[in-house]
Amino acid sequence: MTTIEPMPVIAAERPRKSFADRLRSGLPKLVLAPSFAVILIFVYGFILWTITLSFTTSRILPVYKWGGFDAYFRLWSQPNWYVAMQNLAIFGVLYIALCTAIGLFIAILMDQRIRAEGVLRPIFLYPMALSFVVTGTAWKWFLNPGLGLEHTMRNLGWESFTFDWLVNPKMAIYTVVIAGVWQASGFIMAMFLAGLRGIDGEIIKAAQIDGASTVSIYRRIIIPLLRPVFLSAFIVLAHMAIKSYDLVIALTGGGPGNATELPSTFMYSYTFNRNQMNVGSASAVMMLMGITAIIVPYLYSELREKKQ
Amino acid sequence: MNIRAITKLAAGVALLAMTAGAVKAAEEVEVLHWWTSGGEAAALNVLKENLQKEGVSWKDMPVAGGAGSAAMTALRARVTAGDPPTAVQLLGFDLRDWSQMGVAANLDELAAKEGWDKVIPPALQEFSKYDGHWVAAPVNIHSTNWLWLNKAALDKAGGKVPTNIDELFALLDKFKAEGIVPLAHGGVPWQDGTLWEAVVLSVGGPDFYKKAVLEADPAALSGDTMKKVFDDMSKLRTYFDPNFSGREWNLSTALVIEGKAGAQEMGDWSKGEWLRAKKEPGKDFVCIRFPGTQGSVLFNADQFMMFDVGKKSADAQMKMASAVENPAFQIAFNKVKGSVPARTDIPDTDFDDCAKKGMKDLSEASSKGTLMGSLAHGYAQPAAIKEAMLDVITQHLNGQLTTDAALKRLPEAVAAAK
Repeated sequence: MTTIEPMPVIAAERPRKSFADRLRSGLPKLVLAPSFAVILIFVYGFILWTITLSFTTSRILPVYKWGGFDAYFRLWSQPNWYVAMQNLAIFGVLYIALCTAIGLFIAILMDQRIRAEGVLRPIFLYPMALSFVVTGTAWKWFLNPGLGLEHTMRNLGWESFTFDWLVNPKMAIYTVVIAGVWQASGFIMAMFLAGLRGIDGEIIKAAQIDGASTVSIYRRIIIPLLRPVFLSAFIVLAHMAIKSYDLVIALTGGGPGNATELPSTFMYSYTFNRNQMNVGSASAVMMLMGITAIIVPYLYSELREKKQ
Repeated sequence: MNIRAITKLAAGVALLAMTAGAVKAAEEVEVLHWWTSGGEAAALNVLKENLQKEGVSWKDMPVAGGAGSAAMTALRARVTAGDPPTAVQLLGFDLRDWSQMGVAANLDELAAKEGWDKVIPPALQEFSKYDGHWVAAPVNIHSTNWLWLNKAALDKAGGKVPTNIDELFALLDKFKAEGIVPLAHGGVPWQDGTLWEAVVLSVGGPDFYKKAVLEADPAALSGDTMKKVFDDMSKLRTYFDPNFSGREWNLSTALVIEGKAGAQEMGDWSKGEWLRAKKEPGKDFVCIRFPGTQGSVLFNADQFMMFDVGKKSADAQMKMASAVENPAFQIAFNKVKGSVPARTDIPDTDFDDCAKKGMKDLSEASSKGTLMGSLAHGYAQPAAIKEAMLDVITQHLNGQLTTDAALKRLPEAVAAAK
């Protein structure tokens, strides 16, 4: 007993310390637990529910009667679904390409140590602070031939000026691209600007000493170094393109006709307006598969890089 | 002993008072609807006050947006959770779909007592009843095959109202010559469908309408008569202004009120806009049946479907259903709403000229069997088929489909949505 006299002191000190330690290490888990549980139920649980519904005969309400792949056959026999897919392809490609190109271009201009950067940056970034509904409504008025641009130009005396894309079924999807690009390219600019600021100045100086022109410095050194930013920008834009709903609803309401139908508007209208819940769920599953096809390779490459 | 009896009595009285209080508190109806605009809300207030006089409190659950589609989403959530509202504003085939889910209350007893079978048009009863039992109390009857004309523009164009579709085209040409928009139209699928069904009725007559729209007969949907319907739709399209895409119906009505446009094809709810602008029927505007459709009425009726909410609220529910069918309420409500009463035994003395015409047309059509459901408003086909048909109609009107393609696509779309 006496030989181990000093021990209790340590033992008494230890649990207190370890409790604080345990608290310190456990607190983040404790704090995250509710949101983790919420995500588990409301994201992954509902994904499973949607997948289940897509294999049922649900129409107005969820019913759990096995319907096999019927909903998927119906989905892929709907001309509307093909319109939606085609529009998503047009919108997605142009939206991602234009946002990236414009964002990068403005970021490079901003990176030239210009004087009023502090003023300009928020101006470009500001559209991102607006909700899609506001953007859609503002552009709807601006592009409306009887109210906006066309009307103004004609009032100014340019009588033959015509810009009726908003009401032209063939061109309406491009107005969605315009509004979307206007909103997101400033944000992409900020991403690229951060990337540009992170590049080591020494590399550029070395290239300048070697006599490389500004263009080739950007083309050969800086832009390749921005690869991770490109990847992030692509992921951000791609998922925004697939899930974009409010922008279309506010801007064109899916019209004229169904010229600006997207998978998201298709999903909503079939699930909630047309009493074909199983078809709507099937389209949601197809959208999920689309996003998975983008995210999984990204996660895979990210994780592999970390291992290296 | 005495004291004990007194305590017992007191306890009994207290208990009685408590249960009475509980019963009184339970006299409440929760009503889901999308009547939120000024005139509609005022019309509904009449019902609210009538019920309050009977000691039934009104728990309002207004869900605006998307012509009721937002309300339907809310209803789905409530029914799925096993807690449906007492009464829900519903239209057409939605009534059947919900009844099929086995969530409807039974109003047979009340209907028998008040004789609903005799006064409500049979075409409407088909929707208010499910499987032979009353499940809903119809509030009003709107009809969609109306043409609203600006009187000044009409007088300038000769003052003669068109009676068939060719005369309509001639009139629209005159409006064009006057330098105004000939036909005010909003390019939204349900509005395109409202115009289309009027043209179907005008070109093909009531029998063709029944065959093509109510029965969705593939031959009728792709035949020569339908070809003329689509050709006429393309022709009508040339009388729109360039900004029609996505425009709300009331903004189109405003164009006609202001004299910037000559005419609008729209249901009788647009009369409310005229009256609110202090215009008088016959003096400032003219209401006629869509040219070529006199004698037939395409209807769209608002109904309060009663959901099965158990014994607790059943009494209040019956009181509400009875209040809805009360003739005084029918008059007060429909005067404000622009529609006509859902019962045919109500005198038209309190109504304006357009409503008088509407009521006369209605009882005539009901007796002739030409009172038919409107497609665009869910009284002709279930939602899936209705929307599939509207897809084709609106794509054709917007030039995405040629007439031949539309004739081929229409029966296909119906078959795919079944």
